[in-house]
Amino acid sequence: MKSFVFPEFQIIRDEEKCGQCRGCERQCSFGTHTYDPLTDRLISDDYKCAGCQRCVIFCPKDAIVIRPTQSFYRPNASWSREKIEDLKKQAETGGVILTGCGNDKPFRIYWDHIVLNASQVTNPSIDPLREPMELRTFLGAKPDLMDIEAKGGDVEIKTKISPNLMVETPILFSAMSYGAISYNAFRSLATAARQSGTFFNTGEGGLPKEMRQEFGKCAIVQVASGRFGIDAEYLNCASAVEIKVGQGAKPGIGGHLPGEKVSLEVAATRMIPVGTDAISPAPHHDIYSIEDLSMLITALKEATNYEKPISVKIAAVHNFAAIGSGIVRAGADIIAIDGLRGGTGAAPKAIRDNVGIPIELAISGLDRRLKNEGIRNRCSIIAAGGIRCSADVIKAIALGADAVYIGSAALIAMGCTLCQKCYTGKCNWGICTQDPRLSGRLNVDIASQRLSNLIHAWSHEISEMLGGMGINALESLRGNRDHLRGVGLHEWELEVLGIKGAGE
Amino acid sequence: MPRIKRELYNKEICACSIFGAMNRDGERFNGAGVMKAIANMHVRGNGLGGGFAAYGIYPEYKDYYAFHLMFTGKTPEDMRSAKLVFDAFLCENFDVVFDEEIPHSDVKEVSDPPLIWRYFVLPRKQGEETLLSDEDFIVKMIMWVNTRIENAHVFSSGKNMGCFKGVGYPEDIGEYFMLDKLYSAYTWTVHGRFPTNTQAWWGGAHPFSLLDTTVVHNGEISSYGTNRWYLEMYGYACTLQTDTEVIAYAADLLMRRQSIPIEIVAKILAPPIWNSIDRMNEKEKKLLTTLRMVYGPLLMNGPFAIIIGQTGKMIGLTDRIRLRPITAATRGEMFYLSSEEASIRLISPELDSVWTPNGGEPVVGELNNMRTVL
Amino acid sequence: MSVTPPSEERGNGMTGSVEIDAGPLETRELNDQLWDLMLAGIQKVVIRNVCGQRYIGTRLYSPEHRKMEIEIFGTPGNDLAAFLYGHKITVHGNAQDGVGNTMDQGEIVVEGRAGDVLGFSMRGGKIFVRDNCGYRTALHMKEYEDKRPVLVIGGTSQDFLGEYMAGGIVILLDLYGKSHKGNFMGTGMHGGAIYLRGVVEKEQVGNQVEISLLDELDREILDRYVSEFIERFPDLGLSKEEILKDEFVKLAPKSKRPYSKIYAY
Repeated sequence: MKSFVFPEFQIIRDEEKCGQCRGCERQCSFGTHTYDPLTDRLISDDYKCAGCQRCVIFCPKDAIVIRPTQSFYRPNASWSREKIEDLKKQAETGGVILTGCGNDKPFRIYWDHIVLNASQVTNPSIDPLREPMELRTFLGAKPDLMDIEAKGGDVEIKTKISPNLMVETPILFSAMSYGAISYNAFRSLATAARQSGTFFNTGEGGLPKEMRQEFGKCAIVQVASGRFGIDAEYLNCASAVEIKVGQGAKPGIGGHLPGEKVSLEVAATRMIPVGTDAISPAPHHDIYSIEDLSMLITALKEATNYEKPISVKIAAVHNFAAIGSGIVRAGADIIAIDGLRGGTGAAPKAIRDNVGIPIELAISGLDRRLKNEGIRNRCSIIAAGGIRCSADVIKAIALGADAVYIGSAALIAMGCTLCQKCYTGKCNWGICTQDPRLSGRLNVDIASQRLSNLIHAWSHEISEMLGGMGINALESLRGNRDHLRGVGLHEWELEVLGIKGAGE
Repeated sequence: MPRIKRELYNKEICACSIFGAMNRDGERFNGAGVMKAIANMHVRGNGLGGGFAAYGIYPEYKDYYAFHLMFTGKTPEDMRSAKLVFDAFLCENFDVVFDEEIPHSDVKEVSDPPLIWRYFVLPRKQGEETLLSDEDFIVKMIMWVNTRIENAHVFSSGKNMGCFKGVGYPEDIGEYFMLDKLYSAYTWTVHGRFPTNTQAWWGGAHPFSLLDTTVVHNGEISSYGTNRWYLEMYGYACTLQTDTEVIAYAADLLMRRQSIPIEIVAKILAPPIWNSIDRMNEKEKKLLTTLRMVYGPLLMNGPFAIIIGQTGKMIGLTDRIRLRPITAATRGEMFYLSSEEASIRLISPELDSVWTPNGGEPVVGELNNMRTVL
Repeated sequence: MSVTPPSEERGNGMTGSVEIDAGPLETRELNDQLWDLMLAGIQKVVIRNVCGQRYIGTRLYSPEHRKMEIEIFGTPGNDLAAFLYGHKITVHGNAQDGVGNTMDQGEIVVEGRAGDVLGFSMRGGKIFVRDNCGYRTALHMKEYEDKRPVLVIGGTSQDFLGEYMAGGIVILLDLYGKSHKGNFMGTGMHGGAIYLRGVVEKEQVGNQVEISLLDELDREILDRYVSEFIERFPDLGLSKEEILKDEFVKLAPKSKRPYSKIYAY
C-alpha cells in the first residue's frame, strides 16, 4: 500500500561544506544517508530520518541541518499535521501508534506557574558557599513516636526503626530497564549513582549478575508485573525493593519490550527466550485488590529479612490519594508516583498522551491526604514525571515530596534528543538499543561523568534556592507550601496544589 | 465571590476479608465460630471496619421488621437529638412493638461508638402509600431517613435478622455486640475491612443491607458511578459512600422487586464475555444478550467477591474473571464461604468437600425447609 | 518448640528434626522461628496446626544455599514458599493462593488442592499438587536454558492456565475424571509447554496457542515427571503405565512473538 504520509524531518545538506567523509552514513542506523559513488555525493532519504540529530552533531564540517518539516496541509486548528498523519498510518497498517519518551502535548506545566520565596529583612538568607547546606534525605517509614531510655549518661533507643535509604541529594535515577536501555547506559546510571551518593532503579529488566556485587548497594530493584530476573539474591543484594504497579507514561496498561531488543544478555537476565517480546502484563496478576498488595509487600519484606524498605510505584491517576493511602496502610515504606509526563521506551501514543494527571497536582494532594489521616510519617514520597531542572525539584519538595526520580533528564544528560524512536531499538546515541554497534558508542566513563555532573549542578542550584529561602536543611522545606505562590492559575488549581496566589 | 462547590462523590476502595457460615437444617448457633474465623484473616483488614449479618436471631419477634439504627454525631447530645427526630418520624409511619438500645460490652479497641438502637415495627401506610407493598414502603421510608434525617442511619431492616457493624477489627466488633453470647443464627456472614478512605465511619462498614438482603464485599467496583445513577433512577439513594451499597440495592431491585432467581441475577451482575455468549445455543444466547442489553448499567465491573445473605439463603459470587478469591466448603449440613480456606478449617477441621467456584457462577446454600424460619 | 530424635522416614543421617506447634503463632513469629532454625543448621522441621500463616519458607534465603525439609500439617496461608530458594516443603492438607510465587529452586508437594496463581512467575524447582488448582495457574512461568520449572497437578485447573507463560513445564493429569473445563488457557503464552491428559476444545485456548499431539521428546518428559508425581503420592495407588497409556495433548505457543503485529511503526 502506498503511504500517504509526509516525511517528518527535512535534511538540508550544504554541498559546499560537505567533504563526503561518509561519517553521517556511518552514524545513522536508520539508513537515511547513502553514498552514491557515481556522483560522489551523499544522498539523504528524508522519509527515514528520525530527527535524532546524531549526524548533525558528528558532522566534522557542520554541513547538515535537520529540521522538522512544516505542515503541508492547509492550517487547521483541530486537524493538526500529527493527527492527520497518525490517522493515515493507522489506515495503512490497522495498528496502534507506538511512540517513546514522555507526553509532548501542551498540557499546562504547573512547575512554570509556581514561584519560590526568598527571605529578606525579616529572615536572613543563607549563603551555601560559606555555610553548611544539607540536602541529605532519608527515604522510608518513620515511627510515630520513639521510646528512648536515658540512664545516667547513656541513651538507648528502644523503638525498632524501619530500614531507610540515605541519599545525599533528593535526586534519584528513575526506573529504566536493561533491555529498554543498553547495558552501557544502564551501567552509566549505576556508576553515577554510586559516585553521587544516590540510587538508581533497575526497572523491570533485572540486575545482571556481574553488577550485583559492585552496584547492589546503590540499587533499588524492581519487582514488576512480568517478574523478570527476580531471585532471592537479586532482592537481597539491593538497598530497596520497588513494586512497580504503574508508570506515568502508560497508566493502566502493561509494558512491552519488542523482541528486537531481547538480546542474549537481556534474555539471560530476564529468563525468557531470546528474541521474544518481553511482556509485562498490566496488573500484577497476584495483586487484584489492596490486600493482595499488602501481601506482596510483606512477602518481599520476608524475602529480604525486613532489612530493606519496600517501595510501591504508581502512576498519578484520578484517585491517587485513596490509592496512596491504601499503599501506606498496606505497609509500603516509600510511594513513588509518576505523572502524566513520565517517559517510556515504548507506549501506545494514545495512552501516553491522554492517560494520567500532571505530577504537580498529585504530589500536594497525596501529601495532604496522608497528613489528614495522620500517616504521612509512615512513608516517603518520590515524585516523577517530567522533572526538567533543579527548580522543578525544589518545587516538588515544597509541594510535599521527599525526593524526585529523573528519567528523561538523565537520558538527555547522556545524549538523548527525545526523538521518540526508542521502540525501534535503533538509538543512534547508544542509549535505547541492544545493537552492540550502537551501544558501543556510549562510553560508560564519559556518560557516568555527565550524569554526576548533572546531579552536582542541580544540587548546587537547590542549595542556592534553599539558602535564599532562609533554610539550610531540606526537611524544613518538605511540604512547606507556604514558600510557594501561583501565578496565572485558576482558583481550583491553587486549591488542588494547596498554595496561595502570588500577592496573597 | 464564593466558589461553586462541585459535587463529586467520594468512592472508597474496599478490600478485605469475607466469611459466611450456614446450617442448612436451620439449626442456630452463636457467633463465636465466625468471630474466630474472621480473626484468622486479621491481616486482610486494617481495623477500620468490621461487621456481621445474622439470620434467625429474633424468633420471638419474627413477624416484625427489626430496624437497627445508628445515631452518629460529634457529641452524645447530637446523637440523642437525631434519635428524637427519628423517633417522631417512626411513630408517624410505623407501629412500634418494642425498642431498646442494642446491648454492647466495653471493648477498648472499639472507641467512639455511635448510639445504636433497635426497633421492632410494622408499617402503617397512609393514603397513596397503601398501594405499595409493605416492603416497597419500607424501602422508601429508609431512603428518606438516610437522606433527610441528619445523623440517623438505618443499617438493618429485615425480619428475624440483623446487622452488627462498626469501626474496629471484626472480632472486636463481635465482642462489642456480644455476638458469641447473646445471639443464635442459622446463617452468619462476616466482613473485615481495609478501606482506603480517611474517615472510617461506623456506617461505612459492611454488611450493607436493605430489608433482609445483606451484602459483604471484597474488592472494588470500578463501574460504581454507572451502577449508582442507574439505581438512583429506581429510587435508591447511595448515601453511604461505599461501592458495596450498589450491590445491595441491585440485589434488592432484581431479586425482590423483579423476582429474578439468583442464577440469572449472577448473569446480570457478572455476565459471561461476549465471545462465550456468541458461541452458545440460540435460546441461551438470546437470554444472555437481552440481559446484557437491558441491565448493562448493572454489570459490576472490577474485582469482587461477595456473600449475599437473605432469609433462608446464603449466596457466594465473584466477578466474571474471578479476580478475587472465594472458597466454598460443606460439612454435613454446614455450608461455608470464605476468602481463605484456612479460616474454614479453623472452625471445621474436617470438611466433606472444598472447592473454589468459577467466576460469575453463584454458589447457593438454601435451607432444606423454609418453614423452620418463617 | 521441641526437638525430636532424627527422623526415620528419610534415613540419610541429618542433624535432627524439630517440631513447631503453629497453633498460637502469627505469620511473623512462625517465620522468625524457621529463620532461627535455619541459622542453627537444622535441616528438618515439622510444623503442626498451621492455619493461615503466610509466606512459610520465604524468609529462608541464605547465600550458602542451605537446604531444609519442612513438613506442614494444616492449611498454610497465602504465598506459601514465595521466592523459595532451594528447600523442600510438603503440605499434608490443602494450600491456598500464591503457592510457589516467583519460586527459584526447591520442591513443594501438596497432598490436596491449591488455590489461585499457583506457581506464579515460577523460575525453577518443582511443584506437585495431588488434586485441583484454581485460576491463573503458572502465570508468567519462565525458564532459561537448563533452569526449567516443573508443575504437575493431579486434577484440573480453572481459567487462565499458563497466562503469559514464557517457559517451564506444566502437566495436568485429570485423574479424577472431571475433564478440563478451564477457558483462556495459554493466553499470551510465548514459551514453555502445557501437557493435558484428555482433550480440550480449540475455543478453550488462547489465539497464540497450538494444540498438538505428543512427540518422542514430550513422552520422555511426561514419563519422567509422572513417575516423580506417583512417587510423591503413593496413597493414590496409581501406575505410570495406566496414566501414560491415555491420550495427552500439548499446548505450546505458535510463536515467540505473539504480539508482533499490533503496532504501527
